[in-house]
Amino acid sequence: MFEFILPDLGEGIAEGEILKWYVDEGGDVIEDAPLMDVETDKAAVTIPSPRGGHVHALKGKVGDIVNVGDVVVVIDDGSGEAAAAEEAVAHDTFAHPDEPAAAAPAAEAPPAAQPGVRRPVPAAPATRRLARKLKVDINLVTPSGPGGRVTPEDVHRFAGQGPSAPAVPAAAATDHVPARAVAGDTAFAEFAAHASATIPFLEIEPLPDFAVEGPVEVEKLRSIRRKVARKMVTSMALVPHVAHMDEADVTDLDAFRRKEKERRAGGAGEKLTLLSFVIKAVTAGLKEAPSFNASLDPFREEIVYKKYYNIGFAADTGRGLVVPVVNGTDTKSIVQIADHVYDKAVRAREGTLPADEMRGGTFTITNIGPLGGTALMPTINYPEVAILAMGKVQKKPVVRDGEIVIRKMLPLTLAFDHRIADGADAARFVAELVRQLSDPNLLLLET
Amino acid sequence: MVMGSLREETQVVVIGSGPGGYVAALRLADLGKDVLLIEKRDRPGGTCLLEGCIPSKALINAVEIKEAALGAEDFGLKFTGMEIDPKRLRAWTDDVVQGLSDGVKGLLKRRGVTVIQGHARFTSATTLDIEGGEVSGIDFEQAVIATGSSLNRLPAGIVQSVWSSADALKLEAVPGSLLVVGGGYIGLEMGLVYQGLGSDVSVVEFFPRLLMGADYDLVDVMVKQVSGRLGEIMVDSKVESIAETEGGGFDVSISHDGATVEKHYDQVLVAIGRRPNTDDIGLQNTKVKSDGQGFVITDEECRTDEPTIFAIGDAAQGPMLAHKASREGKVAAEVIAASDAVFDNRAIPAVVFTDPEIAWTGLTEREAEEQGVAVNIGRFPLSALGRARTLGRTDGLVKVIAEPETDLILGVGIVGPMASELIAEGTLAVEMGATLEDLLVTIHPHPTLSEAILEAAEVAAGAAVHINPPRKVR
Repeated sequence: MFEFILPDLGEGIAEGEILKWYVDEGGDVIEDAPLMDVETDKAAVTIPSPRGGHVHALKGKVGDIVNVGDVVVVIDDGSGEAAAAEEAVAHDTFAHPDEPAAAAPAAEAPPAAQPGVRRPVPAAPATRRLARKLKVDINLVTPSGPGGRVTPEDVHRFAGQGPSAPAVPAAAATDHVPARAVAGDTAFAEFAAHASATIPFLEIEPLPDFAVEGPVEVEKLRSIRRKVARKMVTSMALVPHVAHMDEADVTDLDAFRRKEKERRAGGAGEKLTLLSFVIKAVTAGLKEAPSFNASLDPFREEIVYKKYYNIGFAADTGRGLVVPVVNGTDTKSIVQIADHVYDKAVRAREGTLPADEMRGGTFTITNIGPLGGTALMPTINYPEVAILAMGKVQKKPVVRDGEIVIRKMLPLTLAFDHRIADGADAARFVAELVRQLSDPNLLLLET
Repeated sequence: MVMGSLREETQVVVIGSGPGGYVAALRLADLGKDVLLIEKRDRPGGTCLLEGCIPSKALINAVEIKEAALGAEDFGLKFTGMEIDPKRLRAWTDDVVQGLSDGVKGLLKRRGVTVIQGHARFTSATTLDIEGGEVSGIDFEQAVIATGSSLNRLPAGIVQSVWSSADALKLEAVPGSLLVVGGGYIGLEMGLVYQGLGSDVSVVEFFPRLLMGADYDLVDVMVKQVSGRLGEIMVDSKVESIAETEGGGFDVSISHDGATVEKHYDQVLVAIGRRPNTDDIGLQNTKVKSDGQGFVITDEECRTDEPTIFAIGDAAQGPMLAHKASREGKVAAEVIAASDAVFDNRAIPAVVFTDPEIAWTGLTEREAEEQGVAVNIGRFPLSALGRARTLGRTDGLVKVIAEPETDLILGVGIVGPMASELIAEGTLAVEMGATLEDLLVTIHPHPTLSEAILEAAEVAAGAAVHINPPRKVR
């Protein structure tokens, strides 16, 4: 018997939701053939079977959340006694659940990807004993030593952490909350009492049983949805948001864009979008206003200014919101940015965009415009400190030189972290954006 | 007082006084527990001290001195008229064993641990009966099973008058020819002892290799060295029958690859492993569970399925090694005394006292292969080491097995003189979660064999000073 343990999926991902089984209990599985699809916070992954044999037991149903390190399947490979073994899986085996063929890259992945194998956390015996004494699961401690070794200081730090401390993201707190709280659930009551004790007047009540009022349908909070929920609560809880709004006259820019796009059909920049121009203009603005390309470390009381410009853009994928990141936008032309945006958006929708193309952003743009909307209040993509929302470009009557004329207007909202910047900074930043976007020549000359 | 009618009461009873049991008893006493120790034999120490590790190492030492003396001719030392007096050697070995057993007895006495002789069998989760001693039974709060293991015998139908390793250790005679059945560590160690004492020794092993548990590269170095001293080494071979012959000695029928050969030996030593002593200790009267081979199933606190009963050492699952038993003895004692302890060791060193010695700790190369774990291995041959040259012992190598990306040291394997001593550093490295760099920046005394560990770590880290980098492939 071979017990297959859900391998480390990289990126610090600790769990995933079973999307699909390619095998049945009692059936057979071939080594390296697709075994299961797991959706993590970042993407869907097809995991190949590490062994061939008879499927003795599946340790989870579609929709179940499984943790890295859990036994997910027991395969009778003729080896007799069950021995839990942890098999490596290539980190970059991101594949769409509906494409079993996409498991092929996994087989081709170089063996160098194997260090994903989990073994006991390295730590000195005295450190392990300390962890036991402090009732700390040493496997959860963030190591600071070489080779991922956990030090006594790491254990102390972990033990001293309250629920709001930095290294325990929303995940740790969420684990105490049942997927859906119902009246009488003691775990929920404990959590609610704990949370209420930290914030005066905060009262978290169990949800009423809506089914009493009328028919309901219950859906599990799925991985990406749950990740979004965590990020949003974290951001709104930690960051004092302030919004600054304005409109940019993009009439000339839009005409220029349409002309260029047509001219470039079939080549680079054929997907030239307004977003690409905005990314370029924002990058220029960030250079002038470094506060918006920073992060605030509340625990060390430091502001970290980033000297690189990685702009994320919100993408709706059907499975939920993800934020692909275009790196180094200060060194890319608008045409290059446009190509990157298109490519990443397509792959994000397919679910094939690897996690490392969705991290490292320094500023996020959300473009709700194509779907409509005059104004919106975006939530900052923590730990970034600002986010720009683009509304729908609409023809509007505006006054120019005392005359009412019809212009194409783009509504813009900059939400920013008031801890790190003030209203005047935001006003200047947005005014500069409006100025740049009003004249394509300025973008050419100044960015 | 009528013999066998006395019942005693105690907080903790430990069954077996081997390296697991007596250590548990001492630690329990130190932690304030009232402890009784039950021992079947007439003195404490268990298999390890009385008929295993200790006497065998005493004999091996004697033989190695002889071999070293013979080998010294190369550097200008010629010994003539060397004589072996088996009787004297036996007496000396007995003295070593007796001295250590008395030492254990003294330790137990000074700690206030009462030793009771007899065979214990559980009658419930808190009571046991004792056969063959003054005390008939004990009422206890908690018990530690430390009953150890016994030698496997050849299947019924095969003559039983052959030697066990315990018989061989008695050194009653030095046979002209000796067949060792079993190419594991006991068979090889004892085979080399008798070869050194003058026997013509052959080894037969059922599996395709000697020392099946060890990495092949380590075993190969040892086999190359000892093959000159041993007669035949028959692997992949099965003993079909052993018949005692009238004129003395044994006719042995050995099959290999479909063919069967008949051979005659003056003596046969059977060393085919050990089994746990758990079948006659009344476990059926408790909730204690054993696996298919009789090893008691325990958790990391050495607890069995019966809340009042713990099990350690050879009687419990895991490698049958004295040092593993001692560590478990301490864990069980500390858990019983409500102190915080678990057996979470990452490295249990294994040592084979052949000549050269073999030792390994943590992950072996074969385990890495079987588990599909990518590893980075640094090998260093003793032939490149100054101290090995000065000893005239270049038959060996050290390898350090590390995790490729983190450089964490996962295992160390050694073949060569003093491998048994050198492995301690590797075990500490694995246990501490040390990285290659930790070894690289640690100063190793020069000139010593321990430098080979540093050198092997350097090879793994791609920073070897004393050997040339491997030629680039492609």
